[in-house]
Amino acid sequence: MSDPAQGSTVEPTGSAASSALLDVAGLSVLLEADGAQRPALRDVSLTVRPGEAVGLVGESGAGKTMTAWAIGRLQPTAAQVQGTIRFDGTEVGRLTGQGLRAYRTQVAMIFQDPRAHINPVRRIGDFLTEALRINHKMPAAQARDRAVDMLAQVGIEDGARRMRQYPHQLSGGMLQRVMIAAALLTEPRLLLADEPTAALDVITQAEVMAILAGLRREFGLAMLFITHDLDLAAAICDRTIVMYAGQVVEVRASALLHTDPLHPYTAALAAARPDITQTAHRLPAIPGRPLSAFEAPLGECAFAPRCAHATEVCRTGLPGLVELDGGISRCARARELRGQLQAAHDA
Amino acid sequence: MSAVPQAGEASIPARSLARLRATGPAGIASAVVLAVAVCAAVFGPLLAPYDPNLPNLPLAWVGPVGGHLLGYDFEGRDVASRLLAGAPTAMLGPLAVVMISVPVGTLLAVTAAWRRGASDAVISSGLNILFAFPGILLAVLAAAVFGAGLIAAVLALSVAYAPYVARVLRGAALKERAQPYVAALEVQGAPAASICARHLVPNIAPLIAAQATILFGYAMVDLAAISFLGLGVQPPAANWGVMIAENQTGLLEGYALPALSAGVCIVAVVIAVNILGERLFDQAQAARR
Amino acid sequence: MLAASLLVASFVIFAALYLAPGNAVAALSGGRPLPPGSVRVLEQRYHLSAPFFAQYWYWLGNALHGNLGVSITLRENVSTLIASRIWTTAGLVLYASLIIVVLGVGAGIVSGLRPGRLDTSALVATAVSAAIPAFVAAIALILLFAVKLRWFPVLGNGTGLVSNARHFTLPAVALAFASLAIVARVTRAAVREAADRDHVLTAVSRGIPARYVIQRHIVRNAAIPITTITGITIASLIAVAAVVEVAFSLNGLGAYLVQAAQTKDIAVVQGISLVLVTAFVVVNLLVDVLYALLDPQVTLGAGPR
Repeated sequence: MSDPAQGSTVEPTGSAASSALLDVAGLSVLLEADGAQRPALRDVSLTVRPGEAVGLVGESGAGKTMTAWAIGRLQPTAAQVQGTIRFDGTEVGRLTGQGLRAYRTQVAMIFQDPRAHINPVRRIGDFLTEALRINHKMPAAQARDRAVDMLAQVGIEDGARRMRQYPHQLSGGMLQRVMIAAALLTEPRLLLADEPTAALDVITQAEVMAILAGLRREFGLAMLFITHDLDLAAAICDRTIVMYAGQVVEVRASALLHTDPLHPYTAALAAARPDITQTAHRLPAIPGRPLSAFEAPLGECAFAPRCAHATEVCRTGLPGLVELDGGISRCARARELRGQLQAAHDA
Repeated sequence: MSAVPQAGEASIPARSLARLRATGPAGIASAVVLAVAVCAAVFGPLLAPYDPNLPNLPLAWVGPVGGHLLGYDFEGRDVASRLLAGAPTAMLGPLAVVMISVPVGTLLAVTAAWRRGASDAVISSGLNILFAFPGILLAVLAAAVFGAGLIAAVLALSVAYAPYVARVLRGAALKERAQPYVAALEVQGAPAASICARHLVPNIAPLIAAQATILFGYAMVDLAAISFLGLGVQPPAANWGVMIAENQTGLLEGYALPALSAGVCIVAVVIAVNILGERLFDQAQAARR
Repeated sequence: MLAASLLVASFVIFAALYLAPGNAVAALSGGRPLPPGSVRVLEQRYHLSAPFFAQYWYWLGNALHGNLGVSITLRENVSTLIASRIWTTAGLVLYASLIIVVLGVGAGIVSGLRPGRLDTSALVATAVSAAIPAFVAAIALILLFAVKLRWFPVLGNGTGLVSNARHFTLPAVALAFASLAIVARVTRAAVREAADRDHVLTAVSRGIPARYVIQRHIVRNAAIPITTITGITIASLIAVAAVVEVAFSLNGLGAYLVQAAQTKDIAVVQGISLVLVTAFVVVNLLVDVLYALLDPQVTLGAGPR
């Protein structure tokens, strides 16, 4: 696990990140809505190195889930995908048949609502061993044993009994552990975790996060961790990517997100979270509401209408990506505002 | 969406017309077909060009000729006239079934929904038991006991359909019952019957109308089948189901027109009723969301 | 619950005798004049001097032992008469059920797996075929396939298995016809809904081949509503079979029931009604059992209500 204090662990996008496990460059996704093509993602670029945990943070509609779907080749069939996604050097968009199936074995997705994402009429054991039996042609008994072992690793002790049960007999927290176990059984190299704890209560959330983080480190897996919770991402990921309106607006080492953010939106997100150790007289909420990609205007900074630091230059053109201090920002005034953005966060 | 009249809301006929227009071209076409059928039912016997009941055997099975658009049937009677003469029973029978089963079913559904608890359990169980009797079977039983005839058949079908109506409406009535405005009216001291009659029922009225339309189609088919079997309207009275039965022998010789034209009449009306009923049903569902 | 249904139904069937105008003897004899000796026999056999519920008890007990009385017109045991005709009706209903499952459910699954919205013409086709009652379909089929094309025989049962199959084909199609459309539509909707579920996405994300995803996660899940509609439809065939039997001159229970109703042979009407209602209830019971087997969240007795 790379040391975030070093600060220079971030590769700027576009450069030959040849050691990257996952390399997304210029990803744009267009969806058909009301007869017109509307963007869901605009020019998204990110990299994940082997064994690295990267957080993907944003509010609803920011495009986080669509990014994960695009990486996992799960986007709706009507969606148009532009740009490249490379996994271990291979272009994912071109994969078909056997190659695509092999790719899916190496990239495992953990979904948000486990109860909706596990087939209610099939047993837990079936769910866990399905991929092993069908894709890897593993004999049923062997698959079963491995599943029971993995269940123990996620904290479910009486695995054999649980395997015979149906999803409705397990709680949400247990189901999410089952989902994690299933994801790890095929020995993937990259985990795409889409808000894995959003549907759980706070205590269960902490347990599941601990299991996920622990196992990830143990197996040396790379992870793209999607969440709306900036602090959660910062806690378990080395780097954090912030998205707004379908675009990447900041990439930063997690430790520096609060102390030295590079984009006003990140600072605002961090400030909006009430700090339990301090008394606030007013909760600083970001005015306005989050835009999704197809609502955002094309020729200016999407965050400008809600930004406390917006000026004319922000409205004259779409800001490009700026490299600063090992991080990336899509703020037109990033250099000027450097060092001032965390002011709202300080007591 | 309360039944309490709002200022400026259009009258019931105007709203119904607007709803009809909203069913689209298929719905409107169906309504037209139905209107034609209703006219035929009301004016048919008067419009029939020839005597539908007078047999004239030498002319049996003669094809379309002269003023006889559909030819003659197995007893030498003009088919077109017989179709028109049969329109009243073909339309009034199902209408009677609907007029009986829908109010009864509505009453049962609303009572079960309003009182909930034990009353609901009793009524629901009772209805579930009645489901064991398919309509045609009950009609055959009635014919055996009371003698064949349209009235017995209509009553039997009404008894068979009422539980179906009640079951469909019970869900909607329960949802409506749970609405806050009902509780508000109750608190104000309005009697239960008044709340049901003036608010609850009118609010599920679109669903009732849709159900009644669909049921009309089922009743038409079942009644025609019963007449076809000889247990409903009796020959020589004109009735589309009877006409199919009595002209069936002609099929083997290739004289299809009498039986087939009666069949087409039945199918046309049922299609129209089905399409209209379905569109109304979709409308009612959409409005309830 | 279903046992209660059956009990009440049997009671209604029994009580029908007493709803008829005139006294019980007149009803049993269908209004025919009887010599006095026969009247005494009837009174004894049907325990007419006993109180009402006692009579019901005797009748039910007899029925459960297979004694359904004697036909007043044919002077034979009703049970014998039923037994000789029951396989015609059963065969017809089974054949029609087969057509519904293979064609109706099959078409529904195939069209459900293909993306795209159901266009208006398909909806109209559904409305049209659902509107064609069995007896209208019967005459159209007779006209087209038996008279004009001569592919199938027109009337009667036929003898031997192959001949039976040929004779039963048009009737089975006529019986199945109106139900095909609704079954296909509901199946299609169920498959589409199942395909949109999130757990299908999970299976796809793990690289499970499409063939298995369809089998294990779409069709398997859609099987629940499909079984329900198919079961209800097949149960409804039992009554409509009578109409088809009459139209095609098949020697089945339904046709005989109609005949008995016309001749007011009450004992036969009661006997056949009892058999048909029992069959109806049994089919519904099977649907409930299947439902409980397919859906692990449902236990038998609770039912899908």
